[in-house]
This record gives sequence, C-alpha cells and structure tokens, in this order.
Amino acid sequence: MDASDLLRAVGRVRSLDRGDLRRAVARLRSVDRADVRLWLSRLRVDQLLGVLLLLGLAFLGFDLLRQLYNGSVTVSQFQRYLWAGIVVGLIYGLAGIGLSMTYSILRFANFSHGDLLTTGAFSGWSAAYVVAGWGTYDLGKLLLVRPNNDPPPGEIGMAIDSSPVAIVGGLVVAALVTVVIALAADRFVYRKLRRESAIALLIASVGVAFVLRYLLAFVFTTSNRSVPATPAEHTFELGVTSPTFDHHELTLVASAIVLMVLVHVLLQHTTLGTAMRAMADNRDLAKITGIPTERVVLATWVIGAALAGVAGYLIVLNTGTIVYTRGWTLLLPIFAGVILGGIGSIYGAMLGGLVIGIVSQVSIVWVPSNLTTAAAFLLMILILIFRPQGLLGGVETA
Amino acid sequence: MSPDRPGDGGASDGLGGRVGAVGDRVRSSMERLPRWQADAVVIVAAVLGIYVLFYVLAWGQGLDTNGTVNTLVRVTFLMAAYSILVLALNLHWGYAGLFNIGVAGFMSVAVFTLAIVSGGGEVGMGYPIWAGMIAGMVAAGLLGLLAALPALRLRADYFAIVTLGIAEIVRLLMKSQWLASHRLFGDRIGLQGSAPVEVPSVQQYVYEFLTEGGSPRDEPTFVGAQLFEFGSWLDVQRTTVMSGAYALVLVVAVVLVYVLLSRIAYSPFGRILKAIREDEGAAQALGKHTARAKIYSFVIGCSLMGLGGMLWQASRFTVSADAFMPILTFYVFVALIVGGSGSNAGSIVGGVAFVGLLLQGPRMLESVISEHTDVPGTNTLYDGLTPIVQGDVMPLIGYALGNIDLFQRMFVGVVLIVLMLKRPDGLLGHRKELAAATDLSRPGGGNDE
Repeated sequence: MDASDLLRAVGRVRSLDRGDLRRAVARLRSVDRADVRLWLSRLRVDQLLGVLLLLGLAFLGFDLLRQLYNGSVTVSQFQRYLWAGIVVGLIYGLAGIGLSMTYSILRFANFSHGDLLTTGAFSGWSAAYVVAGWGTYDLGKLLLVRPNNDPPPGEIGMAIDSSPVAIVGGLVVAALVTVVIALAADRFVYRKLRRESAIALLIASVGVAFVLRYLLAFVFTTSNRSVPATPAEHTFELGVTSPTFDHHELTLVASAIVLMVLVHVLLQHTTLGTAMRAMADNRDLAKITGIPTERVVLATWVIGAALAGVAGYLIVLNTGTIVYTRGWTLLLPIFAGVILGGIGSIYGAMLGGLVIGIVSQVSIVWVPSNLTTAAAFLLMILILIFRPQGLLGGVETA
Repeated sequence: MSPDRPGDGGASDGLGGRVGAVGDRVRSSMERLPRWQADAVVIVAAVLGIYVLFYVLAWGQGLDTNGTVNTLVRVTFLMAAYSILVLALNLHWGYAGLFNIGVAGFMSVAVFTLAIVSGGGEVGMGYPIWAGMIAGMVAAGLLGLLAALPALRLRADYFAIVTLGIAEIVRLLMKSQWLASHRLFGDRIGLQGSAPVEVPSVQQYVYEFLTEGGSPRDEPTFVGAQLFEFGSWLDVQRTTVMSGAYALVLVVAVVLVYVLLSRIAYSPFGRILKAIREDEGAAQALGKHTARAKIYSFVIGCSLMGLGGMLWQASRFTVSADAFMPILTFYVFVALIVGGSGSNAGSIVGGVAFVGLLLQGPRMLESVISEHTDVPGTNTLYDGLTPIVQGDVMPLIGYALGNIDLFQRMFVGVVLIVLMLKRPDGLLGHRKELAAATDLSRPGGGNDE
C-alpha cells in the first residue's frame, strides 16, 4: 500500500471498500503464486512463448548469415537495409520520447501525437523554404511548401549543402510551432480533463488529431509533394567496407542523437528531470512533496512536442515527400516502438523505436517489400505476448 | 427493465438544463413504457429527425422526388450499416470494457473471406453466398479470438494498439502482391495488389427477388412488379426502389442484431460483462471467470463486425483493401461515443446521429451551398488570403467552400472533443444498463470512476 492508495482511501470513503476488494483479490492471487506448482505452470507459458520467440529470432539470424554467406543478400545490401532501419528507427525513437512522456506524466495514450509530427514537418519546411527562397520566388508558394510542386526543390537549393541556414532554421521553427500547438491543445482540451479517465483523454486526443490534421490539410492543401533536393553524398573509408551516406541522413542521425543525449541529461541531471521522474512514478506523492505538477505538465508538453516537431521535420528530410497524413501513418510504428520498449520509459521508447525501425527495413530479407511494416507490428504483438510490460517496462525512468 | 437512474437526468449541465423541463415530462411518460418500447420511440424519433433534415436539404438542392427518395435510401443504408458496427463495438467497449480500435480489420477479414469462399470471378471458390457469409463471420470471430488472447495479459491501452496493429497487418496483407500469388485449393486468394476484387453480395439476391436477372432493366418478378408500380405512382425509379429494398434488409439486420445483443445483455453472461466493466477485480472475487467472458464477448462482437462489413462493403460488388483504413474504425467509435456507450439503443441512436449529422449531413449541405452560390475557388489558402488586403473576401470563401469536406472531418474532431468536455456520457446521457437487477446507486449519484 503506497501513498497514493492511502490518499485515495482517506479521501473517498466509497473507494475504500473497492480498494480493499481489489487488494483482497491481489492477495488471493499472490497466494496462488506462492503455490509452486501453479507458479511453475504459469511461468512455463511465458517461458515457452519466450523460448519460441527467441528460437524464431535465432533462426532468422542464422538464416540471415546463411543468405549473406551464399550471396542471396549481399553485404552492401544488408548494410543499406540496416542503415535505413537505423535512420527511420531514430526518428521513431525521437518521436516516441514525447509519446512516452505524455503517457507516463499525463497518463494517456496521445493519438494526436502523429499529427504533431505533421505540424512540425509543415511549419518547419515552410520556414526553411521562406529562408532559402526569399525574394526570388513567390511567397505564397514558399509559405505553403510548394502546393503545386513548383518550383523544383533543386532550383531553390533545398539541401543541407547549399542552404544549411534554411534547414537548421526550419528545424528550430518546427520545434517552436509544434510546442505552441501542443500547448494550445493542452490549454483548451487536456487541462480540463486532467482528472478524467485515461480513455476519455484518449478519445479527446483522437478529436484533437482530427482537428489538427484537417486544419493542416486546409492550410497546406492535400497534395503530396517532394520537399528537399537531392543532397550530396559522402563515402567513408572504413578499411573493411566503404559505406556511402547522403548528407541529409547524416544530418538526421546527428540531430536525433544530440537531442536524445540532451533528453537524457535533462532527465537525470536537472531538478526538472527529477520532478518529472517523480511525477511519472507517483503523481499524488509528487504533489504533496511540493512539486508544481502543472509546471511539470507544461514542461512535458514543451519537450515532447518539440521532439515530435523535429522528428516530423527530419522524417521529410529522409523520405523526401510531405503530405498531411504522414504523421498519422507514422503514429502506429511510433506506438509500436514505445510499447515495445515499455510505455512510460524514455529509454524504452528510444530502444523500441530503433528496433521497430530496423525490423521494418531489414525484414525485407524475408518478406515482400510492402509487408515490412506488417512484420514490425507482428514483432510488437509477439513481444507483448511474451513480455506484456514491454522490453524495458517497469523501469519507469520517466 | 431498469429506467435511467434518478439524478442522472442530465439536468446538471447546459444542454440538459435548457431542455430539462420538457425532457423530464417526456422522460416520465417514457418511463411508463417498457424499456424496449421507450428505446424504439427514441430510435424512431432520431431517424425521423434525420429524414426531415435530409428532406429539407434535398429540397434545398433542388432534387426531384426520385432524387429525394434516393438520398433518404442512401442515408438509411448507411445508418443501418453503422448501427450494426456500433452495436458490435458496444458489446466490446460498452459491456466488456475492451477498447477495440481494430474494427476495420475485423470487417475486412470477413469481406475478403466472403470474396474467397463465394466469389465466382478471378478470386473465389464459388460456394453459395450463405456459406460465404457464415465463413466470413467465423473468420472475423477467429481473428477476434487470436486478438483477445494477448488482450487478457495486457493493459487496456496496450490492447487498443494491438487491435489497431492487427487491423493494419490485415490490411497490408490483403493489399500485398505476395498473398495474391498464393493459391488455396487451387483458387487465388488476396487482392491483386491494391486493385479491387469482386465480391458477391446479398444485395444481388434482393435484386433478383425483384427482377428476373437482378438488373433494373430485366423483367420484374411478381413482388417487383407491385413495388415498381407503387414506386412509379410516387415518381420513384426502379433503381431507387431496388436499393431501398436492400436498405430495408439492412434495417432488419439491425433489428436482429439488436435483439441478439439485448438477449445477451440481460442474460447471466451479460451481467458478468457489465460487472467486468464496472470492476473486474470484484467480479473475479465473486468467482466469475472474467477472462473467458471477455474472450466470448470479443469473439461475438468481432463476428458481428464481420457481418456488418459484409452487408455494407460487399454491396458495391467490388472491394479493395483501402476501403478499410483506420479512419473507418474511428468513425464507428465516434458514433458509439455520440450515442453513449453502454446501451444498445444508444448505439443505434449514435449510428443514426453520426451518419445524419456528421457524415452525410455536411456533404449534403455542401451540395446545397454549391448549388446556390457561384464563388470561384482558389487553388491555395494563400491565393485566397491575399485579396483580403484589397477588401475582397470572396476568394477565401471560395477556397473554404471548395474544401468543405475537410471541415466535415474537422467537425467530427470538434464534436468528439466537445462531447468529452461537456457530455462524456454521450447524447442520450447516462444510459448504461445496470449490472444489478435493481438500482444500487446511492441517492444523489455516486461517482462512476
């Protein structure tokens, strides 16, 4: 019985009898568990599933080696898949941090998170285009990220080599605008629902997602257009192999890693981070300890939304096109990553995102190209059966 | 059975307060009716309200009698289709508390099973349609069983995402070239990539009941001749009469599903489900096998979703995997929330209100507006905004009118938010049927969290 149970018991007489009941059931269950035979039989199901899953993964790993050895998958091909997986996975991880934070601190699955990514993508690229093409091109086309696909991105020079200021400026604007939008959503919707159930908040977030998505479609039109120009490439000589990466991928990976390290430092080494972790652990206890919970919530939105906006902006750098449904389609893989890592755990979100990203690219070795996403979802479901709390679940770092 | 709880009459909030006086009088006269009659009154009133609205909209659009009737038939069809899906979802969320957001996946499995079992074209084994329908419902139920097994070990929100993931896996599989290249007993399965596949429909049988060959141009049967005669007396064309007949079949299906679910709701099994929704720990402590009840209810709901999917999506005779995007699931969910989860009558009202006011209503309104205005639209918002400097707002209005379908979707979102903020129990207020046979709540209303 921890402090929140105590508070609830003291605060509401009615919940007392319910709480007692639930605890009684829990005690009954723990008696069950003490029974060694039951305990073993219960464990065996988990173990069986886990062993099967591990065997399956080991088999796939072995098969990969075999395919690499007999040349049906070349090493450079495999490197390319893995690299693409890492790039996408870092984006999933970056976006997942915000999702995981909202889950652990505000206690709901935010279905509008994907559309925060879209917000960041459109606002950031709009700013980047205005900076890069100021004075030369029609402002309307620049502001709305070229709705009619003219002039071509290459002509404006929309690449990190030719206009680095525009690209980095866009990144900052993406973060800022997304934060403003997220705070507005919190102010007008979520704040009023703080004490409601997680499902009520989830449903409200679906509403926010709809509003945000179609508002973006209204402003930026529904067309799908290419955004960044083709960047220059760089080949690294690493002795054994010499992989080639383009500069946009390198920009993306560098930004994502820097941001993840910053989040880590913030959570582990600042007062705000400690307060956030405390609140994620036990909201009521945090409150009576004197932590200004509303301010922590504000910080959660600022950090989570900024990362989401940046992730949305960066994914366009990778895929090259932008459309108003992009964030929504990315939401499920991001969720998959977050759940895989254990919802509520920031490091779990980073790891889970990376795993989902890599699986969604490397699985092309075994499954047809349009089923790789399905393979990633399947892995998520299988791991959940094996470990319902996720890979790093129960760590609840923040 | 059990009337609404006293004190939950909705008089506490804005909307309820204003209509409270009238509402109370109506309510007291309704309470004298048996529950199912009161439900029927509410549902019929809602449907009639939507009909009046669409009649006015059709008139505003300048449609002739045939066009008006056709509009009403189309709306009835969609209302019935949504009602079946919402009823099924209500069994999951309203009764057992299982948050399923994979509705589209369960629908699509049933529809494609129907195509494979009963289809006669490129894909399909050519069995009779009833076999295909049963196979479709069984397939949806089996997928539901598969999905429910991990559910018992997962938290509610994890489970929600698992169901969404399953729905997406199904959609991607159906779309993939890989599945289409495989054969089952010598028949191709899956779609040709994203190309639509032929699917048999009950609609064809209804049509063949009215004309010899099932096409409006064919010789009418005896029943068909009477109906067409009646239709021509009202200036209604044959095609409209025929689609009207199919809409009627769907309405009958809604009634059947409603009866089935009501029987379930008031059975001992239904009481276990309600107990799970209220407090699963307590239900377990009373010795109820909650896990099994959850699985059963999930499987039943999934097959009903499959039924709804087959009656709805197969009626176009072709179906493609992209008809089952996740947004369909969310539409069904919005309809459930609008009606208020937990009651079967509320589910139907939710389906009716959603289709009438949120789905088809705005589209009709759009046609009415474009019929009577002649504002040239602009390509982008920027082109619409710049003339405002010269005081010309018409281009902006033109742009907005040209994109009115986006506003319709935005409106769905706004309704969802407002409902959560103001009336989390849905339009009909608190209509959850109680788990107990008598009202055990304390006077003054307990809290429901």
